[in-house]
Amino acid sequence: MNPAVLALEDGTVFEGQSFGAPVERTGEVVFNTAITGYQEVFTDPSYSGQIVVLTNPQIGNYGANENDSESARPYIEGLAVREFSPLSSNWRSDQTAQTFLTNNGVPVISGIDTRALVLHLRSRGVMRGVLSSISTDTKELVERAKKSPSMNGLDLATRVSTKEQYAWDLGAIAASPSEDVGDPAEARFHVVAYDFGIKRNILRMLVQSGSRVTVVPAGTKAEDVLALKPNGVFLSNGPGDPEPLTYQAEQVRKLVGKTPIFGICLGHQILGLALGGKTYKLKFGHRGANHPVLNKVTGRVEITSHNHGFAVDPDSLNLNDIEITHMNLNDQTLEGFRHRNHPVFCVQYHPEAAPGPHDSHYLFGDFVKLMEGGK
Amino acid sequence: MPRRNDIHRILIVGSGPIIIGQACEFDYSGAQACKALRQDGYQVILINSNPATIMTDPNLADRTYIEPLSVEYAAEVIRRERPDALLSTVGGQTGLNLSVALSEAGVLDQYGVELIGAKLDAIKKAEDRLLFKDAMKKIGLDLPQSQLVTTVEHALEFAARIGYPVILRPSFTMGGSGGGIAYNREDLVTICELGLDLSPVHEVLIEESVLGWKEFELEVMRDQADNAIIVCSIENFDPMGVHTGDSITVAPAQTLTDREYQMMRDAALKCLREIGVDTGGSNVQFAIDPDTGRMVIVEMNPRVSRSSALASKATGFPIAKIAAKLAVGYRLDEIRNDITRQTPACFEPTIDYVVVKIPRWQFEKFPGAEPVLGTQMKSVGEAMAIGRTFKQALGKGMRSLETGKADGAVTYQDDLIEARLITPNPDRLGYIRFAFERGYTEEQVHTLTSIDPWFLRQVREMVDLERDMSKVTLGSITREQFLRAKRDGISDSKLARTWKVGPLDVRARRKELGVNAVFNRVDTCAAEFESFTPYMYSSYESHCEAAPTDRKKVMILGSGPNRIGQGIEFDYCCCHASFALQEFGIESIMVNCNPETVSTDYDTSDRLYFEPLTLEEVLNIYETEKPDGVIVQFGGQTPLTLALPLKRAGVPIIGTDPMNIDLAEDRKLFGKLLDELNIPAPQNGSATTVEGACDVARQLGYPVLVRPSYVLGGRAMVIAYDEDTVRRYMQEAVIFSQDRPVLIDRFLEDATEVDVDALADTSGAVLIAGIMEHIEEAGVHSGDSSCVLPSTSLSEETLATIRTYTEQLARALNVIGLMNIQYAVKEGTVYVLEVNPRASRTVPYVGKATGVPLPKIAVGLMLGKKISDFTAATGVLPVQQFFVKSPVFPFNKFPGVDPSLGPEMRSTGEVMGVGENFGEAFAKAQLSAGTPLPDKGRVFFTVNDRDKLVAAALAKRLTELGFEITATRGTANAIRAAGIPVKTVFKYNEGRPNAVDLLKAGSISLIIYTGTTGAHAFADEKAIRRNAVQYRVPCITTISGARAAVEAIASKGRDPIRVWSLQEIHGTTTAAAKR
Repeated sequence: MNPAVLALEDGTVFEGQSFGAPVERTGEVVFNTAITGYQEVFTDPSYSGQIVVLTNPQIGNYGANENDSESARPYIEGLAVREFSPLSSNWRSDQTAQTFLTNNGVPVISGIDTRALVLHLRSRGVMRGVLSSISTDTKELVERAKKSPSMNGLDLATRVSTKEQYAWDLGAIAASPSEDVGDPAEARFHVVAYDFGIKRNILRMLVQSGSRVTVVPAGTKAEDVLALKPNGVFLSNGPGDPEPLTYQAEQVRKLVGKTPIFGICLGHQILGLALGGKTYKLKFGHRGANHPVLNKVTGRVEITSHNHGFAVDPDSLNLNDIEITHMNLNDQTLEGFRHRNHPVFCVQYHPEAAPGPHDSHYLFGDFVKLMEGGK
Repeated sequence: MPRRNDIHRILIVGSGPIIIGQACEFDYSGAQACKALRQDGYQVILINSNPATIMTDPNLADRTYIEPLSVEYAAEVIRRERPDALLSTVGGQTGLNLSVALSEAGVLDQYGVELIGAKLDAIKKAEDRLLFKDAMKKIGLDLPQSQLVTTVEHALEFAARIGYPVILRPSFTMGGSGGGIAYNREDLVTICELGLDLSPVHEVLIEESVLGWKEFELEVMRDQADNAIIVCSIENFDPMGVHTGDSITVAPAQTLTDREYQMMRDAALKCLREIGVDTGGSNVQFAIDPDTGRMVIVEMNPRVSRSSALASKATGFPIAKIAAKLAVGYRLDEIRNDITRQTPACFEPTIDYVVVKIPRWQFEKFPGAEPVLGTQMKSVGEAMAIGRTFKQALGKGMRSLETGKADGAVTYQDDLIEARLITPNPDRLGYIRFAFERGYTEEQVHTLTSIDPWFLRQVREMVDLERDMSKVTLGSITREQFLRAKRDGISDSKLARTWKVGPLDVRARRKELGVNAVFNRVDTCAAEFESFTPYMYSSYESHCEAAPTDRKKVMILGSGPNRIGQGIEFDYCCCHASFALQEFGIESIMVNCNPETVSTDYDTSDRLYFEPLTLEEVLNIYETEKPDGVIVQFGGQTPLTLALPLKRAGVPIIGTDPMNIDLAEDRKLFGKLLDELNIPAPQNGSATTVEGACDVARQLGYPVLVRPSYVLGGRAMVIAYDEDTVRRYMQEAVIFSQDRPVLIDRFLEDATEVDVDALADTSGAVLIAGIMEHIEEAGVHSGDSSCVLPSTSLSEETLATIRTYTEQLARALNVIGLMNIQYAVKEGTVYVLEVNPRASRTVPYVGKATGVPLPKIAVGLMLGKKISDFTAATGVLPVQQFFVKSPVFPFNKFPGVDPSLGPEMRSTGEVMGVGENFGEAFAKAQLSAGTPLPDKGRVFFTVNDRDKLVAAALAKRLTELGFEITATRGTANAIRAAGIPVKTVFKYNEGRPNAVDLLKAGSISLIIYTGTTGAHAFADEKAIRRNAVQYRVPCITTISGARAAVEAIASKGRDPIRVWSLQEIHGTTTAAAKR
């Protein structure tokens, strides 16, 4: 088996076996603690620019299948795991995880002590790294990691966004004959969705709850969005640092008050910026499917799916205009807010799940209610 | 919603004796609940009949009742204690059933007791098959097609409609008792009849077969605010068709995509909400068709279960403790995660390792029972292993079982491969490995077993790697190769066998190459947050998280998976050793691999290592922790077998020297010691050939007790009355060799057996904790005999002799800590049968009876303290009441097995009865043991010649108590001769109607049948005893047992229903629970 090396900018090196594509890639090294859903993680555009460490030690077991991708291809730069399965075992699987990643040019390092790596990232914070399946020169690789571009200040959203506007009208697909996802509700609303790296399950959920969706590029002007006569505007998730997205924040500021707005993840951060708030980088981010989030309106706790390295500083928000609706119970970070005077709300986490629990699906219903109010 | 302040006193119902399907996991859950509720300021009243539990320690509850778990006794406890609430969900099925019964009997209403945890209607909805089915249909969940039947005819009709095979599940039985798979009409009739009988409501569910489907379980918790979380997902290695308690199980689930997992999660939460489990933990089981993904819900338990214990240990999330807190009003987000401290308990644990649980079976103890696994649970215990990968965990799990199978002690046969793969059985995993060794492909094995291809690939890789290891040698192996072998779970001893060297040579070479075990933490969060609880498992990763302290510390070796002869009693002792160490200011380090126990709870000891109890793993921990001492005398045989090798490796064993422990087991040396002390023992000899054995037996004179020289819980012992038996035993039943001779003792017939537990210190002071008189005569394994404290028939002189011998032996063996001696008393002479310089099975019982914490004192003594530092008592500890310990047998799980008692231990658990007189205590113990004695009716006698006089006397007494007597001819003549009216009935083989017919007709309420003990039972006896088990009629097989039963029956007519708490008996006011 061929060797692979993961070298971090601080000189830490992990040596393991190579799976996936025989290439070398750089990126910010982050970890995700979800037990299931590796294919969704691979294909979530929010991971663009990142090498992902999965804490579940057995990855690849159920292969890959056509319906579980969150976008057209994997976006992770590389994958680091404890043990990678060359075999896939699941009735829905149409290829092995190995084939899926190889065909899409993603390198995999397997057999490394992922727990030690996570402990390292937890205490030192996320950092840049190089995953190479072609070089074992660790010194050289560390140097390359040091020289690789930092994610901070980089506009990755525009890079992964669609270049062309398109329409989406596909609803949810059942994963089993026993799963009743129901038919999509009648499409009573038109939602314009900003694509900053949008996940397909968001689109499916929007359709499922009664919308037809027009997806627009990240650089679309507010005026052009309003010209599409939407019943509501959706701000998607996406990769990287929200701070450089000043243009997008400007467009969103123009949309507030004109149409109902719902933002998820990067969309939430852009809304925060648009409404005068500030964002900051978390030490090692939130990536997983088990975070408890308190809905302050209902008093209920939702188990939620997360993928973000930045957050909105609640102290930077004007609480005369903004009501904090969701808080993370693990570290008290801001997870959601709404505007007191306008039909605008957003969450930092992923109500569309994929992967993760479905506890927060109701938010799509809330969006529909806002749009009903605007009709 | 914070803590409820409208309730103050809470009754907790325990789960009673350890039986198959309900083991120490409920001591774990009950103990956690007691601790959690008392920490919150509630007063806890506890009822449980099992004295060997931590939960029945007097400092765990405010009032502790070791009383029968029946409505009448529980009602009496409620009447006296007036609890405000009853927590129904931590005492297993027994606790749930008693809670329902108390509610239905109106007792809870009468005394204003609120059911908390699960309400009555939720329990009924979950437990009643029909209500459950309707509820699941209502919320759109798919189920296997099924029909509830109350007659065999309906069963046949339905099965014909849906097609065979079908699954049968009797309603409201424990551990799937009486269930099974019917492949045809004939099977259906047999299983259905039994199931209808065993079900308390006489209902059986007939179900569409989902054999071969993938099986999953989710552990779910919910609070009053409807916050709900999944604690853990579990996937069964064995597909549907094997009871989950008999399946190898894996956490987390390995072969589900997120879509499928979330679908299952949604279904589990829906199920919980529909059933109406407002607070606490539940377990929901699912099956998935591997070809289509169709998912059906199989069942749900609205309470803490065996799987909850497993999930708690697997994730570090304390389900029972949290369940108790939720039951008194807390919300999940108001409870802190103990391990991370900063995050709430309202989250879903995520794990970065793999957990494998493997059951342990003991079919060999039940000759006649077919070693086949199905829907009825048969395993007596389980081991859990944690590894960074599945392979590592599976390797550790196999050696945790201590079956010798991991060490290649079992031989596999080529011609059995297919049969052993097709029909689930205890050796299936071994045969899968063997099949791969023999060139079977993964596809072939999958076709035969339906086991998921991913699991098979893993096993296959292990087999391949083991083969690769045979291509290198101790000298030629590289660091990389060694590391790979260790990372994939291969043990040093396996490598040693491959390379034909010693395990310690492998160890030395491994260390030389720098391949060392490290320790990782179980932290609920995959290292996302800092963990504050040192709960560890070993791996061969790069970074060690053990962080040992520099405190003074002692390591305790636990007892591993439960098995007959080594059960909860030893875990009890280990836990107490840990508590004592902490009290003495010494850090306690626990090593064990049994997920059911209190000892593997992360807050029992200062540090917990969840590891196999092998020399390799124990040395790894020793080298990391460098403890000041290691305790081996509390965990039963498991740590004792490690004692000498550990000592040789330089490990400081504290307490009695392992050399002396060994001496007591060495025939020759021990015989010499007894001679020197002038203490009598039954004459004995040993043999290494069949003829030799016959010679020895002849010289000693029959009957003789024959056994192998290494003994585990009386394995493979026999009492031989003739040479035929000796010969057959030597030829068929036992493995012997020059190194391992067969031991032959003169068997003392009709002797009274006595068990003694004692403490001894370094100064030679000896305190006798209890002299227990057995009810059954010598010859019945001490673990299978009822016994009583204080003794009821031994003379002062005999007691004095026992005391003297005990003191002499303790001093001669330099015992420091606990020791147990078994004596036989015959015609005034006291014989020593066996000395065990270690904690015994009876320690918790004696502790509860005397109120003296024996294991704690023993630990003190090992640390150099004196008996006088703990107690002013000398000689023999006094007891205030009569305390009877009775065994509980699993015969109802092994239909067709002869339930007679003998030298081979077969009980799985025990109960205790307390009374002002012996009869009362014995009656309670029998009731608790599930064999209640009748108040009226007909007693059937058939006894051997030497018991006839006593039988006549007993018949007279029973007649006076209002019973009618029936007997077989010879016995009837003896009874009639004493002037007692008696009906004569045919023996089984004499004609009809015979005794079995009467039994089946329900006209017998008690059987007293003393056969030819030990020799081959006749068909007649077997038929009677088997049917007694099936029709649940108490069957007494010894005359001394019959005598006790008659006293108990007399007590039932005379004494009122009365109960005593341990706190009253021992005059202790409850100190606030320390833990």
